[in-house]
Amino acid sequence: MLTIAGRKFRSRLFGGTGKFSSPEVMKEALAASGCEMVTVALRRIDLNNPADDIMSVLDRDRYLFLPNTSGARDAGEAVRLARLARASGGGEWLKLEVTPDPRTLLPDPIETLKATEELVKEGFKVLPYMNADPILALRLQDAGAVAVMPLGSPIGTNQGVLTRFQIEIIIAQAQVPVIVDAGLGAPSHVAEAMEMGADAVLVNTAIAVAGDPVRMARAFAMAVEAGRIAYESGLGAVSKDAAPSSPEDGLGFLR
Amino acid sequence: MKIFCNGEAQEVASGSRVIDCLNKLGLDASSVVVECDGKILSREEYGSHVLQDGSVLELIRFVGGG
Repeated sequence: MLTIAGRKFRSRLFGGTGKFSSPEVMKEALAASGCEMVTVALRRIDLNNPADDIMSVLDRDRYLFLPNTSGARDAGEAVRLARLARASGGGEWLKLEVTPDPRTLLPDPIETLKATEELVKEGFKVLPYMNADPILALRLQDAGAVAVMPLGSPIGTNQGVLTRFQIEIIIAQAQVPVIVDAGLGAPSHVAEAMEMGADAVLVNTAIAVAGDPVRMARAFAMAVEAGRIAYESGLGAVSKDAAPSSPEDGLGFLR
Repeated sequence: MKIFCNGEAQEVASGSRVIDCLNKLGLDASSVVVECDGKILSREEYGSHVLQDGSVLELIRFVGGG
């Protein structure tokens, strides 16, 4: 079972709550995914059109809320969002995101580390979204992050695990759980991450924008489970040369 | 007097508290976090914090996100 900061999770799939066509579809898809932790964002209320409160749709007993700091461009903005999330009843858990460039949405490593140090001091359980940099993963871990969230590929791109080499190193070195986040666009992508030994994955866009988000959520859940079982079972070695799977002897009668 | 809510000017009675402003806007206080002049208020303060002329309120809530 996965443990993060002392809390146990049966499911190694974490869900996002953005981009769903309706709150009902989101609720059903999250249920089908089996996830126990979901990310949420904080935004100004549109006073001319106050949307439904997402807190009222999701069962807090079923899901641990992981507020994110999406939209923050530096450590100061991220810390401000984190404090607002806590004041909103979001708890201590926080997905720290600092993405100064709207085109790539790649995380700023220096600001992310600065914000992690500050927020850990303030008692947050910080899960930083980070580029797949093994050295940075260790620095964030040393700063008190309870998990690290390296990206597979940029947010919302559905490109899969483009950072495989670096994520393998992060997994080999990290003392805290490694959650591959962002860019995981298909069940095969999450299976790949889990086969590599990732502790969990976070998926939002790929489920939310699917033709049938509820069935897609189930497909992702199955792929996460399959990948994890494969990892625990020990995958066979990769080789350049072919090796017959049928016996090589006992063919004397042919020639 | 005039205050600013999420960047928009709003007219409220002098002596209004934060909760009066939320009620006027039809917002459920339990789902809104309020930052008043840069300071985050606890829910308990919504009923006691008196707005000043020119106060700047940010009214924030959770939305879907990844």
